[in-house]
Amino acid sequence: MAEGAGRGEGAGAGPAGDHRPYRAGARAALPFALATFVLGISFGVLARSLGWGVVAPIVFSVIAFSGSAQFAVAAVLGAGGGAVAATLAAVLLNARFGPMGVAVAPYLKGGPLRRALEGQAVVDASWALASRGGGRFDREFMIGAALPQLAAWVVGTAAGVLGGDLIGDPEKLGLDVVFPAFFLALLASELRGGRMAVGVALVAAVLALVLLPFVPPGVPVIAACATALLGLRTAR
Amino acid sequence: MTTLWISIISVALASAAIKAAGPVLVGGREPSPGFLAVIKLLAPALLAALVVTETFGDDRHLVLDARAIGVAVAAVALALRAPVLLAVFLAAAATALARALA
Repeated sequence: MAEGAGRGEGAGAGPAGDHRPYRAGARAALPFALATFVLGISFGVLARSLGWGVVAPIVFSVIAFSGSAQFAVAAVLGAGGGAVAATLAAVLLNARFGPMGVAVAPYLKGGPLRRALEGQAVVDASWALASRGGGRFDREFMIGAALPQLAAWVVGTAAGVLGGDLIGDPEKLGLDVVFPAFFLALLASELRGGRMAVGVALVAAVLALVLLPFVPPGVPVIAACATALLGLRTAR
Repeated sequence: MTTLWISIISVALASAAIKAAGPVLVGGREPSPGFLAVIKLLAPALLAALVVTETFGDDRHLVLDARAIGVAVAAVALALRAPVLLAVFLAAAATALARALA
């Protein structure tokens, strides 16, 4: 959420007033913000078709800032499901932010409250862009990268709700492969980290695919995260 | 309150709590070697799972569709040392083209 990222930036330690690392992160995230903007439009259009009105979808995008979870809520409520089912689906999809938050934790700053706020800057793209290999993360880069994502998601949602279908089906433009292709590129650079990384990635991919037909969306990715525990064998 | 607003507020609170959990619980401690060894492997594990589920997953079904063509094109482009953004652009273009021709 913007509050978390903004406050982290304002109190930015390190060289006083040096916002360059944040700006570098924001710049790196811009191309992906474009895809997020279009997905935001499609979420807004979907929400309007479900009769959510104007305010609710925009508030949802501001306070939840989570594409996959919000589409899941729309799917559950649209199919006549209740609030509990919708929340559960969203929680499963967002559970991956748990391990991602653990990974960046050593690099965040301040006391518990500030760390909790800085942790809100974790989204798929910002986390992946801020990964420096070997388990290291660039805090400022991640916070900077989250801001264009948030802005694009909220403005896109508003455009979809208010302006309607400006762009049409994002799938017609192939935008649904922007993130898998981007994650593949980041995976390729992670795999240069050695044989262990390659082995874990393979096991994780197979595990996720095998589980996918049998468990709710989101669970295969969390289960795949557990393969990283194989690292404990080499650490001993 | 309506079902919609209850869902919106509970999803927002749950997401914020999930994102806050790691940073608050792990704290700013110096990471142990075991912790680092696991975190080092978390990125490849997570990214591999995201790639395959977003490429072949459709709710609870495994499917082979135009997304696979786009991601395959990205893989070839990356293998040929294309810049990341070019690979991503080619992936989207290939998937869009495959859908237009289908």
